[in-house]
Amino acid sequence: MTVNMTKGQAISLQKNDGGSLTAVRMGLGWQAAPRRGLFGSRTREIDLDASAVLFADKQPVDVVFFRHLVSDDGSVRHTGDNLVGGVGQGGDDEAILVDLARVPVHIDQIVFTVNSFTGQTFQEVQNAFCRLVDETNGQELARYTLAGGGQYTAQIMAKVHRSGSGWTMTALGNPANGRTFQDLMPAILPVL
Amino acid sequence: MTAELVRGQNHPLSRTRLEIRVSAGTPIVAVAALSDENGRTHGAEWVAHPAAHTQPGLQVSRQAAADHCLAVDLDAIPEAAHRVGVLLALPADGQSPVRFGTVAAPFVAVTGLDGAEIAGYTITGLDTESAVVALELYRRQGAWKVRAVGQGYAGGLAELLTDLGLPQAQELAGVINSAVSEGPPRSVQAPPPRTAEGGRSLRAAAPALGPDQGGTTPHGVPPMPPYGGQTPGGPAQPVPQPSAYPGGAPDPSVPARPAGAGGPIDYSHPRRQGAAPPPRTEPSDAPGQSAQPAPPVAGDATGWSMDERLYNQVWGMFEDLARTTAAYRGAVDFAESRMDKELGQVLSDPRSRLGGHGDAAREAARARHAQLVTQAREAFERDLAQLTAEAEVVEPALPPAYARWDSPVWQAYRVPTEIPMALRLGDLRLPEADRIRIPMLVRLPLERGLWIDSGRTGPSGGSFADAHAPGRLAVETAVAHAARLLAVYPAGELTVHVIDPAGSGAGPLAPLVRTGVLPAPPALGAAGVADVLTRLTQRVDLVQMAVRGGAADSLPQGFDTSRHLLIVNDFPHGFDDRAVNQLRYLADEGPAFGVHLMMVADREESSAYGPLLDPLWRSLLRLTPVPDDYLADPWVGHAWTYEPSLVPAGSQVLQHVLTQVAAARTKTT
Repeated sequence: MTVNMTKGQAISLQKNDGGSLTAVRMGLGWQAAPRRGLFGSRTREIDLDASAVLFADKQPVDVVFFRHLVSDDGSVRHTGDNLVGGVGQGGDDEAILVDLARVPVHIDQIVFTVNSFTGQTFQEVQNAFCRLVDETNGQELARYTLAGGGQYTAQIMAKVHRSGSGWTMTALGNPANGRTFQDLMPAILPVL
Repeated sequence: MTAELVRGQNHPLSRTRLEIRVSAGTPIVAVAALSDENGRTHGAEWVAHPAAHTQPGLQVSRQAAADHCLAVDLDAIPEAAHRVGVLLALPADGQSPVRFGTVAAPFVAVTGLDGAEIAGYTITGLDTESAVVALELYRRQGAWKVRAVGQGYAGGLAELLTDLGLPQAQELAGVINSAVSEGPPRSVQAPPPRTAEGGRSLRAAAPALGPDQGGTTPHGVPPMPPYGGQTPGGPAQPVPQPSAYPGGAPDPSVPARPAGAGGPIDYSHPRRQGAAPPPRTEPSDAPGQSAQPAPPVAGDATGWSMDERLYNQVWGMFEDLARTTAAYRGAVDFAESRMDKELGQVLSDPRSRLGGHGDAAREAARARHAQLVTQAREAFERDLAQLTAEAEVVEPALPPAYARWDSPVWQAYRVPTEIPMALRLGDLRLPEADRIRIPMLVRLPLERGLWIDSGRTGPSGGSFADAHAPGRLAVETAVAHAARLLAVYPAGELTVHVIDPAGSGAGPLAPLVRTGVLPAPPALGAAGVADVLTRLTQRVDLVQMAVRGGAADSLPQGFDTSRHLLIVNDFPHGFDDRAVNQLRYLADEGPAFGVHLMMVADREESSAYGPLLDPLWRSLLRLTPVPDDYLADPWVGHAWTYEPSLVPAGSQVLQHVLTQVAAARTKTT
């Protein structure tokens, strides 16, 4: 069912009955790289962080990340910071829920990013993925695999932007480097 | 309000004409069976199934499908029938899955004829079963209810029907299975009526939904639209069943549905405009989305008791109002800054000096501003309408501790036996949403002392001069809060002490004195102040020592374990340094050990103490006797206008309540 999106591909979030999607979730899941022997106490935990930046006319007006879990208007919610990833494969370790119908009218773009807070590059992460899910029925709309990526520590995943009366999602997948979303702003601005 | 049922849970049905929608990940057979009060089905005429899809009051589809819509008219079923079972089974055609454990959990919803969902149930936990009793509608004392059953049968329909006591269960199961694998009779394949409903009719990309293939083709996976917006079992709109409503449907108001192989399929609900909410979306998840939002219900929140549910609901409304206002303010601010920027550009553009170019650009900037503000206002009004409707049902449902003084529950006041969870100190509102008043509820026991500010307050403070001196109004407010606290604690569990050194509060304090709820008259003069403070300080010391020493049992015999509220009027008059220190001690340590403070004071008057008292003021919750905007919400930080809960002028409710409190006190002591 999943559309494995390629870079730059845009999908409309209109459902084929004409109704728009009302709630989407950006899910992020990963598993730390296996230890390389040595001392058991020295874990190599990997902390990936999902963030969403809300733009009005190319101006960032709000951001949802691990220090600000709910946008002021309440339409975008982060489920909370996960510092170590999942023990196994599967579910989302961090998720950002967007209630598209309630996003303030002046917000016209929402950009989703993933950062490696602990500094490991995506080469060192296992089973890392990022996906966009229709929250109303759990159906996956798009999925990226991050693991095995190159020597970068962040990725600008996708943007959801208004088009007509509904929303459209564009897969971006641009690699970048940075610890938190602030470091990514220079990389985000060109994709708006 | 949709009820999401769990197994075994029941829910009342207010209507008798119902639709039951079934969504599964794979084609299944839906059967409706009547049974008597003992759960026995009398005969095959009590079962509506694909081979006999209409029975009095019941109608099911003639084939297996991933989505079903069953019609039930509870008024039309035989008098002897007391239950209607909704049964689901996997088709035994050799191609379909043989156990529910391998397919997505089926979802069933009971809806009214208008499509409004009444109750939903996801049947989880199935494994080897191939037939399941999903729901049961049953008569209970003349009314109908629905129960989520979820009882599965590994032996399939035959075993299930046998369990219902049906005499010819095996035969009937065979009839059903053969009817399903043969598909519905050819006669229903009327050419599809084409509907051109605003472009929402989409051409099905494959004939998988054709009636001639029903049940024989595993069409649980309809053709994926290009962008994967649709899954089987997900959307509310059942995939139209060609034979779901043939002529003579029990509900003539349901329009004929488009049907047929390869014909245009209208995914929209027949009588629902716009986006239909998917069944698994709680209305609270996407309020404003559903075309017909479920009517709000008081106590619609989580909690162990109604008290807690209402408390959580009020806080939920508080947060929702804060956030929707933030969205509105954000949009308006943005619209204004964008217009300013655009007007600035027009001004600096040399071309604008010529002719009408500048005027047109200015006009365009203003139009863009107006459009965005209008949109923001619409979204805001939509949310406000919903919150207003909710407030209208919640406010009358509030118990005394949460209710306004003019609420009828105070007229019917009885001394409670339990401490409520919280207390209403007043109302909160925002200027944009003046008609919505959020009750300001604080948890009990109070974690902070209260400070009724008798000083000059903000912009609206000017009205003081008219009738009341600020001090008098502040004391009246304090009395209203104290009376409410006394009233919501069980008899004798809260004792109120008053310090009124100069006797200046005697007038407003009269209701407390006259009704006899105070153990002693207000303490006067420096000696009175010292006496009360010393007693309370010693009390805190004693309890603190006992608790810290782990010897709470060794308090003196007859030690009164109730909580104490100390009202201090006219601070710092009559206070010496020692008394001030005792007061600070009580403010810091008191709440944890059962002594609460309510100060009626003007901060300016104690400025002689310098910064010494700053921590005291900071530790207290400031409340004003007149509406003023100084309270911030914890989410966005709007300035909310606080208005204290005051007794309406001329009302005897305070007298009435305090008299009962006093009577209950004398009974217990």
